[in-house]
Amino acid sequence: MVTVKNLHKSFDNQVVLDGISMHVENAQNMIVFGRSGTGKSVLLKCIVRLMEPDAGEVSISGRDVLSLNISKLNDLRKDIGFLFQGAALYDSMSVRENLEFPLIRNFGYTQQQINEKVENVLEAVSLEDAIDKMPSELSGGMRKRIGLARSIITEPKLMLYDEPTTGLDPITAKEISSLILELQHALKMTSIVVTHDLLCAKIIADRAIVLNEGHIHSEGTIKELLNDKDPFLVDFFSDEVINKNGRD
Amino acid sequence: MVSRLYKYIEVTEKQLKSFFELLAGLSLFSIRFLKEVFVPPYEIDEIRKHMIELGMKTLPIVGVTGFIIGLVITMQLQPVLQRFGAEAFLPGAVGISIVRELGPVITALIFAGRVSSGIGAELGSMRVTEQIDAMEVSGVNPFKLLVVTRVFATSFILPILTVYVIFIALIGAYIAVVLVQNMTWEYYVGRVVFSVEFGDAIPGIAKTFIFGYIVGIVGAYLGYNTKNGTEGVGRASTSSVVVSSLLILIFDMILVKLTLWLWPVAK
Repeated sequence: MVTVKNLHKSFDNQVVLDGISMHVENAQNMIVFGRSGTGKSVLLKCIVRLMEPDAGEVSISGRDVLSLNISKLNDLRKDIGFLFQGAALYDSMSVRENLEFPLIRNFGYTQQQINEKVENVLEAVSLEDAIDKMPSELSGGMRKRIGLARSIITEPKLMLYDEPTTGLDPITAKEISSLILELQHALKMTSIVVTHDLLCAKIIADRAIVLNEGHIHSEGTIKELLNDKDPFLVDFFSDEVINKNGRD
Repeated sequence: MVSRLYKYIEVTEKQLKSFFELLAGLSLFSIRFLKEVFVPPYEIDEIRKHMIELGMKTLPIVGVTGFIIGLVITMQLQPVLQRFGAEAFLPGAVGISIVRELGPVITALIFAGRVSSGIGAELGSMRVTEQIDAMEVSGVNPFKLLVVTRVFATSFILPILTVYVIFIALIGAYIAVVLVQNMTWEYYVGRVVFSVEFGDAIPGIAKTFIFGYIVGIVGAYLGYNTKNGTEGVGRASTSSVVVSSLLILIFDMILVKLTLWLWPVAK
């Protein structure tokens, strides 16, 4: 589904991605771990060309993303959902308008079909009552849920999550993680999830990679990574566990 | 002394560099605007929404300013013309100065202060909270939806506001006239209409299309390219006002020369 080959990205003289290669199978959930500033979000943005990589290849469903013109890229993006760290809800629009936005702009649905889809996704994220609220009236967890609802309303084949549980309390974080897994099973989506949250990763992950200094340091299942005696991984996951225990 | 001079040169060099970077960026942004403005979808509803919103937001303040400017310029001119025994020319002189210069430029400057900063802050905030990225990744062209519609709206609403300000300023001027001399409204309007020619009115209002474009494109450029979080949003907002006001005055200078060449003042 998603193949990244030898991806490079620098900002001025700072190398962020230094030859990243990875492959995500269809309907697989891939977790991307890494310390802050290791380029996890940059990797996601390069995959959908929100940032242009300096070199490398990105392929989604066999299509070479970096060689697509803007119109073909936009067609491809209609099959991709992206949940941003802060949910990125359009704050001048109500929840309903936020959810309707991708449908009205990109698809030829009737108003009745749009209404049905909006109701369905709100039911899926258990926020039917928030339909006429403005984003400023929502809590952090609710914003994430609405952001998730907006991302899946077009039933994308690929979902990218940028720290979906950051800033949430442990219970809400667990709920969001379970919701992501449920939706992934229901819609048969392929997912790439950038997170620091080990609990979230344990719930969602099929496989995971760990980024360090612009490279993929390790790759495997969560269990394999947690049992690995590599000093960096031991250090990294012990910090993650401490963070987790601290929060709990 | 020498180190202070070096520091001064260094700061000046930095400022000049960022000024030319801004000009280059604005030029490229304008080229992108011109490329995208003719490509469908034309977002007519969005343009109409922005025109109403921006017009209504600015209407009260430009109205009050126009009234005061008309009043004050008349109060200033009246004793000067009286000194030369040319009081009869007061409505004409005030009319020409308001229509040709004061109305368009004052309206544009206030519009810049009110609207350019708003556009800069709004788009800047959308940029730092990743709303623009969200739009882009959902397959929508954010430049078209956010930038083209706003720049189009500012370019077309400013001339309308300018006509309104000119009208209000002439009312203010009339009130100042009747405070010091006996003159009927009909006579006053007659003198203004007699003095203000086609060559005064059309260029004066036409240049506000360009001023409106400057207000929109500067605010949109600085907002759309905001970096460094909320600090960047604040900078985009204030810089929008400074840069657009400065560019309005520079373009006014060029356009005055151009309009005098195209429509010379009758001798």
